[in-house]
Amino acid sequence: MEDGLIKQIGDNLIVPGGVKTVEANGRMVIPGGIDIHTHLQMPYRGTATVDDFAQGSKAALAGGTTMIVDHVIPEPGSSLMEAYDQWRQWADEKSCCDYSLHVDITHWDDSVRQEVDHLIKEKGVNSFQVYMAYKDYFQMSNSELYEVFTFLAERGGIAQVHAENGEIIAEEQARMLQMGITGPEGHVLSRPEELEAEAVFRAITIASQTNCPLYVTRVMSKSAADIISQARKKGNVVFGEPISASLGTDGTHYWSKNWAKAASFVTSPPLSPDPTTPDYLNTLLSSGDLSVSGSAHCTFSVAQKAIGKDDFTQIPEGVNGVEERMTLIWDKAVTTGKMDENMFVAVTSTNAAKILNLYPRKGRIAVGSDADLVIWDTDSVRTITAKTHTSAAEYNIFEGMELRGAPLVVICQGKMVLEDGNLHATSGVGRFIPCSPFPDFAYKRVKARKQLAVLRAVPRGMYDGPVSEFSLSRGGTPSASARTSPTKQPVRNLHQSGFSLAGPPTPDDIPIRPAGRRIVVPPGGRSNITSLS
Amino acid sequence: MNDRDNMSGTSEQGQSNSLHLTTERLLIKGGRVVNDDQSLYADVYIEDGLIKQVGENLVVPGGVKVIEADGRMVIPGGIDVNTCLMKPHLGVRPVDDFLQGTRAALAGGTTMIIDHVTPQPGDSLLEAFERWQEAADRKACCDYSLHVDVPQWNEAVKDELELLVQDKGINSFQVYMAYKDLYQMTDSELYEAFCFLKQLGAVVLVHAENGDLIAQEQSKILGMGITGPEGHPLSRPEELEAEAVFRAITLGNRVNCPVYVAKVMSKSAADAITQARRKGSVVFGEPITASLAADGSHYWSKNWAKAAAYVTSPPLSPDPTTPDHLHTLLSCGDLQVVGSAHCAYSTSQKAIGKDDFTLIPEGTNGAEERMAFVWDKAVAMGKMDENQFVAVTSTNAAKIFNLYPRKGRIAAGSDADVVIWDPDNVKTITAKLQQSAADYNIFEGLECRGGPALVMSQGRVVYEDGKLQAQQGTGRFIPRKPFPDFAYQRIKFRNQVKARQAVTRGIYDGPVCDVVLTPKYITPAPSAKTSPTSHQPPPIRNLHQSNFSLSGAQIDDNIPRRSGHRIVAPPGGRSNITSLG
Repeated sequence: MEDGLIKQIGDNLIVPGGVKTVEANGRMVIPGGIDIHTHLQMPYRGTATVDDFAQGSKAALAGGTTMIVDHVIPEPGSSLMEAYDQWRQWADEKSCCDYSLHVDITHWDDSVRQEVDHLIKEKGVNSFQVYMAYKDYFQMSNSELYEVFTFLAERGGIAQVHAENGEIIAEEQARMLQMGITGPEGHVLSRPEELEAEAVFRAITIASQTNCPLYVTRVMSKSAADIISQARKKGNVVFGEPISASLGTDGTHYWSKNWAKAASFVTSPPLSPDPTTPDYLNTLLSSGDLSVSGSAHCTFSVAQKAIGKDDFTQIPEGVNGVEERMTLIWDKAVTTGKMDENMFVAVTSTNAAKILNLYPRKGRIAVGSDADLVIWDTDSVRTITAKTHTSAAEYNIFEGMELRGAPLVVICQGKMVLEDGNLHATSGVGRFIPCSPFPDFAYKRVKARKQLAVLRAVPRGMYDGPVSEFSLSRGGTPSASARTSPTKQPVRNLHQSGFSLAGPPTPDDIPIRPAGRRIVVPPGGRSNITSLS
Repeated sequence: MNDRDNMSGTSEQGQSNSLHLTTERLLIKGGRVVNDDQSLYADVYIEDGLIKQVGENLVVPGGVKVIEADGRMVIPGGIDVNTCLMKPHLGVRPVDDFLQGTRAALAGGTTMIIDHVTPQPGDSLLEAFERWQEAADRKACCDYSLHVDVPQWNEAVKDELELLVQDKGINSFQVYMAYKDLYQMTDSELYEAFCFLKQLGAVVLVHAENGDLIAQEQSKILGMGITGPEGHPLSRPEELEAEAVFRAITLGNRVNCPVYVAKVMSKSAADAITQARRKGSVVFGEPITASLAADGSHYWSKNWAKAAAYVTSPPLSPDPTTPDHLHTLLSCGDLQVVGSAHCAYSTSQKAIGKDDFTLIPEGTNGAEERMAFVWDKAVAMGKMDENQFVAVTSTNAAKIFNLYPRKGRIAAGSDADVVIWDPDNVKTITAKLQQSAADYNIFEGLECRGGPALVMSQGRVVYEDGKLQAQQGTGRFIPRKPFPDFAYQRIKFRNQVKARQAVTRGIYDGPVCDVVLTPKYITPAPSAKTSPTSHQPPPIRNLHQSNFSLSGAQIDDNIPRRSGHRIVAPPGGRSNITSLG
């Protein structure tokens, strides 16, 4: 390794003198993890999450993750570019590891369209998240989703969705509060996993209509994961991202008698109360039906969570997980024999790099790749607790879990940042890594399908039989289509005579007869086109 | 019998009873009576339009007309749960009205139809219902009932729905997930409609297609210059049907309300229903004659009139294996009922959309062919037995819509709607020989085994040996009561099981973060408004907490704290409720 890049790999390398040697002693050397989903320093009602880019990226490094991808969340109505610049500034100032950004599209109009275009072309952003939940706030209608997806498919972006049916959630929330359920258990009761599965199904349908690659953030339930794996079997280009929380724990804690504990699990979509969920998601992650793992690390202090102490809908949503992510997967999937070490690398790092079009710079140990490496210790066993974790949160949702596997040495940009349990991260060294559009991993198939999916009209003679009288004023079909009805040049019907006893011939080149005008017998009689049977 | 008397007592208002004063006595001899649960050789004795006795060696009065069944099947008359005989499209009416439509139904062995009342948005449901009822009373040749479609959701509609259920004998209403800016409802409206209809005990019928996406696809396809009927299936791919079915089922599960999917046209939609049933959802699926016997390849026909004749929504699937798959699911019980969605427009009416497929009136024929095709493609192929045939063509419909056992069964006390079925009858479908007034038949040229040899409606023979003797205006309106057991029994139990309880906890009294009072983060409006601080469980007195305070504030007074009020250190310190770890 030299200058933060990997220069040579092999046995008995010839290297210059004065090189620092790290003894791996036969342990696994893997590409540093990429956490594709974090919310560090996320503003929330005038405060921010307790883990800022410094604290959060430190926690990431401590867990073997050498790159994070954070979500830029502009307020609806505000500029995407401004929010992007703001996030860049925060991250450049503080981040201890390389980072990239997703931008969330929180409303949709022409100016947003231009900003998205600009972000893709100039700013190195290739993935955008849209919301199907948070009614009257972030939520988009099906038509808007269709337009966003169409646009992203043209520009080579990845459409990420927060998949939950916001309309039904709003109804259910009102119902729960009416029933007097105001605690954190109301959160999971008003957002049952069916609503997640429904939205995933709808998102996949829209994506397949628009031929746009889809990325489902936060797969939290078995049924949502099933929908994704079924869609993949039918050939849809869709990626699913379970998060540390859904892979490591379940939603039974929402019923905890300890309000603060219950509230710390609040995130959306919620953790499923079904305790077999983590095991199931780990299985699908191992089989490749789910593609990447994120953390959705978004930590609030208990005091912040307590904003919603009398009303669960006000509890800020987010759980920790950036530090525990890789260890959890090792413990739950690799040591249980579900997954091999190569798949482990794929779901914790490589697949994310491919989706973001950063491969092979990130996510691979090869000559020319960035020197983000981890020496993984498969034998280490540690107990997760808020007392020793790197995050600033007072609560850890994995509290008390004993997990096998941990990073022994973490090398980020060619520098040792974790060694012998000591973290030497430096704030501000993290670089922004631009992502380019049209990642092959997602778009190769999409491009091929685009060519196949050309639709053609059936060439027919013009229908010239009788047309019933009708009024457009009553009822009415979708207005957009009625107006755009293209008037094609009519094909001249050779069977039709211009001569007629019934008076002046109807001119052929009036394409649409005035609505409401009855044509009883067209001149020349019926042509064979309308003959029945 | 009691059941029946109650029914006619509620709202039939005696209007049609006078028609049955002429006593007609009939004995069907030597037939094999086939119900949905069993088949047996028995004679059937009919008097006054009712089945009086079923059994061997019946003692009957003299002078009875005897019909020899010669060992053929005697089945309950079919019930066609989906017809649109008066549905207007841009001011035009289908060519088959209640007279033509019911004649076609009878000729196919169907002795009862349930027609859709389709008011336009803004119309009164009640008035529309009365218009339909009046027209049907005048013209229908067989008994009928009505579904009422709900074109929009608002407060006024609620009162009308209540009236229709309680006084008018309607227990089924259709809502639309398609037809954007016209009939389509949002998910929130659907949720409310489901909640309301469930309280009334009605069956919710759903037209399941994603209207938002259809509108997008339609303008895209018109923009590409595709204006012919092939644009119809291209803009309404079956995925959009499956998506809407899935969403409707999700809504039904949340509300705990039975859902009936009208017109199952594709494999994927049928599969969505099947899977939901496996998971325990109360959902019913209705394939129609068209989806059971034809496929969507005809939309690409060079003959415009022919292609347009197939236009219906959701469209027929271009996948030619669809009919077979739907028959399989119908046979194993995953789909329950066969409708026809008979809505026949003439070619000149279809031609309204000759330059724009979105204007083509939607609807296909099928009332006459419905039972024969199920026989031909399911029973004659060995997929289905004769009992299941009776179930899907008649009995299940009667059960779901609360007509059972008055309709849908051959038993003492049931209406004398009886068909003698001839499994060996072979006929070729053609528009020239059909009862319907449409100039096109989408099944043109198909050969079909099985057909009715004799059809009896209200105890009178109306069809025999290919001759139809139907009488206009003899059809009665059959009122239906809410809460059909077939759909609602499970719902009632689930209501009891699903009661939710809040966790009893001490009140959180740790520090609360200061928040901006004009929240940028708006939670869903309804919930924010109804947030019931008054509904909270009374605070449990915390014994660890002292009343004494230096700051003068009393912490355990009952006024709920405003958000935005910062409590830095509550008097008495933190209680154990918020202790970490």
